[in-house]
Amino acid sequence: MTTQLRIRGHRPSLSRRLGWVVLGVFALSMIVPFAWTLSTSLQARESLLRIPPELIPQDPGFDSYRRLTEVMPFGRIVLNSVVVAVVITSLQVLTSAMAGYGLARFEFRGRQAMFMLYLGTLMVPFQVTVVPLFIGMSRIGWVNTLQALIVPSIASAFGVFLFRQYFMQMPMEMEEAAAIDGAGPWRTFWRIAFPFARPAAATHGLLAFMAAWNAYLWPLFIARDEQAMTLPVGLAALHGRFQTDWNVVMAGSVVAVLPVIVVFIAIQKHISEGLLLGGGK
Amino acid sequence: MKWLGSSKRWWVVFLAPSFLLLLVFTVLPIGVAGVLSFFEWDLLTDPEFVGIANFVEISRDERFLDALGHTLTFIVGYVPVVTVVGLVLAVFLKRASRAAGALRVVFFMPVVSAWVAVALIWKWMLNSRFGIVNWMLGLIGIEGPAWLFERGWAMVAVIMASVWKDAGFVMLLFVAGLQAVSPEYIEAAVVDGANAWQAFWKVTFPLLTPTVFLVLIILLINSFQVFEQVWILTEAGPVDSTTVVVEQIVRNAFTFGRMGYAAAMSWVLFAVIFVVTVAQNRLQKRWVHYA
Repeated sequence: MTTQLRIRGHRPSLSRRLGWVVLGVFALSMIVPFAWTLSTSLQARESLLRIPPELIPQDPGFDSYRRLTEVMPFGRIVLNSVVVAVVITSLQVLTSAMAGYGLARFEFRGRQAMFMLYLGTLMVPFQVTVVPLFIGMSRIGWVNTLQALIVPSIASAFGVFLFRQYFMQMPMEMEEAAAIDGAGPWRTFWRIAFPFARPAAATHGLLAFMAAWNAYLWPLFIARDEQAMTLPVGLAALHGRFQTDWNVVMAGSVVAVLPVIVVFIAIQKHISEGLLLGGGK
Repeated sequence: MKWLGSSKRWWVVFLAPSFLLLLVFTVLPIGVAGVLSFFEWDLLTDPEFVGIANFVEISRDERFLDALGHTLTFIVGYVPVVTVVGLVLAVFLKRASRAAGALRVVFFMPVVSAWVAVALIWKWMLNSRFGIVNWMLGLIGIEGPAWLFERGWAMVAVIMASVWKDAGFVMLLFVAGLQAVSPEYIEAAVVDGANAWQAFWKVTFPLLTPTVFLVLIILLINSFQVFEQVWILTEAGPVDSTTVVVEQIVRNAFTFGRMGYAAAMSWVLFAVIFVVTVAQNRLQKRWVHYA
């Protein structure tokens, strides 16, 4: 009996300590690839072929980043990515917030059916729509244009779902007060409901930005020319052309990855709140 | 929902932009894909109606069946590992302390990164001669394989990279689930003489099963759609040993210009995902406990 109690007393602290070691190893394995990417991008091509590898570059420089702009219109590609991601994100948040509000606050025939249709499309993998979308876009001559990247991604069933849930659980007193003061639905939404839904907007904004910035499958179909290319497609093309110039490829990866991580760290305080609200109920 | 009583029609204004775009760019293409799957069409000549020939061909297409098999292999390797890693991370990082928060951010960094970049980073790390992975293995006396060029190891590499990228996402879902488990239950178990290990399996885990269910649903739906990591990291090789379903869809549409066949494949993929999701829903009664 006593030995059993002792084991009970000791086991948690031991497994706990072991757990922290495992956690430390995991954390390192998360950071090392990013560090190695950054380090590679700052090295000259010759030093990549050294064993042991130079974890901390001995003679760091920005040559690889300069090469990026020489071998492809890299500025244009970054600009495309920024325009596409920013426009998709803002339009997605606006249309989803409006639609979510419409489903949460108005009663009309077919409301439930409409909501079910939104949910239903969430189950269909994007790959199903990609071939017809591509055919449609080539018919109207939108291949290799930014609008072909933007327009099909504006409506977001997930965003509508998120905002609907958020508005459903938001108290209505403020909106009622505004209505009594004579504000119509349009003003009530923009002045009161939407500002109060900021956590939902932050959550969905980040998810939408991430998805748009990182998208590969649809851009691979529709935007392979440099004039409409976004970063992931450009990066893959870069790798295709410069198989062994890993310093240049890693420089491109840094440019592709860094902005999203910065955006994420900047607004992660707001999103964890939003995610919990959306996921808990 | 009554305060808008006098302005009922406004729902049209709020819903129109989103709903019309959804109809044109999602619902319509899904329908078109269904119709298209009964045609053979290379976009150059007129589409030709072929009945169910595409589906018959899919059922005998060895490349597609291989791809489906590899997709399942990927799922069997990836889903359990990423679930366990995500759960372990969540158990340790669920607390509200600043250190835990910072670590959560670290583990989430791969989640927000583009798959193309992540795949390229891993491709360089797994380089058999100059990559950092084999160098580190060398430090402990192991000669690493030529990861991406050896049958068997290529799929391991795809799974490793995927677990690395998604563990933080799974962690986040479990953190939300764990924070909803009331600490009183666990305290009660500890008072009754359970150790931390027992308390976790007997009390916390059963209360967490709804989250486990959610995680498995999301992971399975996503992993049937595995694509970028294969397309970039292994380029489906060596000798097609890591070709997957979505990669076959892209190849048939792009390389072979077979739009109808690719559309039919995408519907088969949807059907598989649908059946698996419904089956999971049915089975949940057996193991998911709702408090």
